[in-house]
Amino acid sequence: MCLAIPARVTALEEGEMAVVALEGVKKRISVALLDEVAVGDYVLVHVGYALHRLSEEEAEHTLALMAEAGILDEELADMREGAS
Amino acid sequence: MKYVDEFRDRALAEKLARQIAEEARPERDYHFMEFCGGHTHAIFRYGVQDLMPKNVHFVHGPGCPVCVLPVRRLDDAVELAERHGVILTTYGDMMRVPGTKQRSLIRAKADGADIRMVYSTLDALKIARDNPDRQVVFFAIGFETTTPPTAVAIRQAEAEGLANFSVFCNHVLTPAAIGHILDSPDFAPGGPARIDGFLGPSHVSAVIGSKPYEAAAVKYAKPVVIAGFEPLDVMQSVLMLIRQVNEGRAEVENEYTRVVTREGNRKAQALVDDVFEVRPSFEWRGLGEVENSALRIREAYSAFDAEKRFAVSEKQSRETKSCECPAILRGVKKPTDCKLFGTVCTPDSPMGSCMVSSEGACAAYWSYGRFRGPAEDKKGAAA
Amino acid sequence: MNMIERKAPAKAAALRGKVDMTHGGGGRGMAELIRDLFHRHLDNDLLRQGHDAALCTVPPGRLAISTDGHVISPLFFPGGDIGSLAVHGTVNDVAMAGAQPLYLTAGFILEEGFPLADLERIVVSMAAAARQAGVPVVTGDTKVVEKGKGDGVFITTTGIGVVPEGVHIAAERARPGQAILLSGSLGDHGIAILSQRENLAFETEIRSDSAALHGLVAEMIAAVPDIAVLRDPTRGGLASTLNEIARQAGVGMVLEEEAIRVKPEVTAACELLGLDPLYVANEGKLVCLCEAEAAERLLAVMRGHPLGREAALIGHVTEDAHSLVQMRTFFGGGRVVDWLAGEQLPRIC
Repeated sequence: MCLAIPARVTALEEGEMAVVALEGVKKRISVALLDEVAVGDYVLVHVGYALHRLSEEEAEHTLALMAEAGILDEELADMREGAS
Repeated sequence: MKYVDEFRDRALAEKLARQIAEEARPERDYHFMEFCGGHTHAIFRYGVQDLMPKNVHFVHGPGCPVCVLPVRRLDDAVELAERHGVILTTYGDMMRVPGTKQRSLIRAKADGADIRMVYSTLDALKIARDNPDRQVVFFAIGFETTTPPTAVAIRQAEAEGLANFSVFCNHVLTPAAIGHILDSPDFAPGGPARIDGFLGPSHVSAVIGSKPYEAAAVKYAKPVVIAGFEPLDVMQSVLMLIRQVNEGRAEVENEYTRVVTREGNRKAQALVDDVFEVRPSFEWRGLGEVENSALRIREAYSAFDAEKRFAVSEKQSRETKSCECPAILRGVKKPTDCKLFGTVCTPDSPMGSCMVSSEGACAAYWSYGRFRGPAEDKKGAAA
Repeated sequence: MNMIERKAPAKAAALRGKVDMTHGGGGRGMAELIRDLFHRHLDNDLLRQGHDAALCTVPPGRLAISTDGHVISPLFFPGGDIGSLAVHGTVNDVAMAGAQPLYLTAGFILEEGFPLADLERIVVSMAAAARQAGVPVVTGDTKVVEKGKGDGVFITTTGIGVVPEGVHIAAERARPGQAILLSGSLGDHGIAILSQRENLAFETEIRSDSAALHGLVAEMIAAVPDIAVLRDPTRGGLASTLNEIARQAGVGMVLEEEAIRVKPEVTAACELLGLDPLYVANEGKLVCLCEAEAAERLLAVMRGHPLGREAALIGHVTEDAHSLVQMRTFFGGGRVVDWLAGEQLPRIC
């Protein structure tokens, strides 16, 4: 459930509203659920509201964890090749 | 798309698939329930199950607020539109769900009821402003992800004095549902079904945080990994679950750290707490009465409660006979176990909510999954 | 008959006022509307004949006839309007039979109260589209319905064309082993329309891809006369069109998601609304099934044409008793591309 997509904040407006952009598609959404938000932040958008800010640091960390997968595999394969 | 495309990368997917195959012990099976319908949808849309080893199975859970809405609540919504002449605003997901006698919102609309699809409560509020002489009701559904927007809308309506706006509240709670499933005899040791761990919902958790799952992990001794929404997130989370199972751990881990924290969105939680309170019990389609599993509008905001403003008739929920949605929602049966699947019940003529909602197990199976099983053979024979 | 001679205004002054019941009454009011608006902009020899039926000559060959009702809302959208859409849609239907489109007819049903200035905009646009396509509107009709009984304007167009000798294009000709080609990116039209809908408002630069494809089709047929199937994936998108063909011919299909082009903005809009681009409408794209050996040649021809620059080989026809359209996802897994039950609706879940 809960289709939500990360989008970049391009402008802040009155009344706890903001404009977000996703690949050039712009939408006005509510930021009433966030404590603070700045232009340039990435936020998770669900039914016209920003639910949470995205952490760039954590995103990179997660990708790094995923990239570790299969490394042991490759090293083992290399070792075997080297041995033969 | 940033934060999206990177998590759909094929090369990483293949690496993860190899790692999962490597660590899944061949002598046992792993059954993981993805609670959230959005995960069910993602699994089928990207074909994630094809990248899993044969001994890793997904069990589709009831995390589809459209699927679990009891029939009589849908009938109530139809009645609000038809008998009370309100403008009923609703998310698109609800339009085609069949109520009693297959009566859906889209059918009621065809018969003249003023039913309007909206993307957001913001649009519903606008309709109320633009139509001061009409009553506008917002049909609120969804788990904890979708509840804060409704809370904001009610507070906004109050601030503006938007007296013609009200909400028909059907918001439901995730941890209660997970507990209810695990309490059921189906999942008792030696019972017919098995769950070794949970893929926790992505965006519910963005709001409520990872903390609420900790009690369940301890009580039921099952690992929970809060999984992001993209296919790589699902795979990484499966890997983390396999590791927990292999190591005999039952903890709450968070894979979706770029959005989910232990505390969640406190501001959103406070707003929800201000507007809503927990109902002692609520009927879930397929699960029956579940304690402390749903929300209603507090007395302080009762002026915006459609249930208080409009009298709707008492109803009994009646399911189509032979419809296995209840068992499918609990993860006990598969769509292909249902007599109606693929024969009488198809996306064209859905008999139960699992087929209508695009993330219902039956619809996902039909649309994306392989055409295997008894239904396929029946169709072949009839052709 | 007109007793009073009225000269049409020398300069193009925009019509003012609204459609009212006299415009459909068959009397002078209607005749003036037809002359000052329809004839003026759609002008051509055959239309000027002024009979109830246009008398045309048709070269030898099989006649292809197609008709379409256009009820689109909103009437005006980025990249087009109901007028240009009506021309493109029917020209394309005729072209998909392998025929060279020759003539169009246009029936207008106008709602009382509809602004004449808007009607003029639509007719001007229709005329421009017809001129650009080289297919004249040779006869038409106008009726007016009471306020509340129409959605502004409905247009029905019928197109007539001739299929050259040796060309036989039909869904039944789909065979296992054939290549499936797609002329360009998916979803532009549907998203352009949605961006104008109330309660879904989002801003985008995406314009409808509405275009007449008969020029492209003519070049394709010249290069490969033996093309088996042509179809334009309009309502219901590529998925619905391919499922229709598969079901009609009793074959299956396997597609490669990576080969299917969707503009990043269209993908983004679909993600926001929970839509699948495979089911979103297109009005300037075509799908072609041909023998595998001919695919390279056809692609070269398509890419040489302005409306086919992004043409791609997106899959193959297979043997399948269930007539399933399947797809290998870019992620490496498999999925079935189902035939949509009804219209795809935006979702939150």
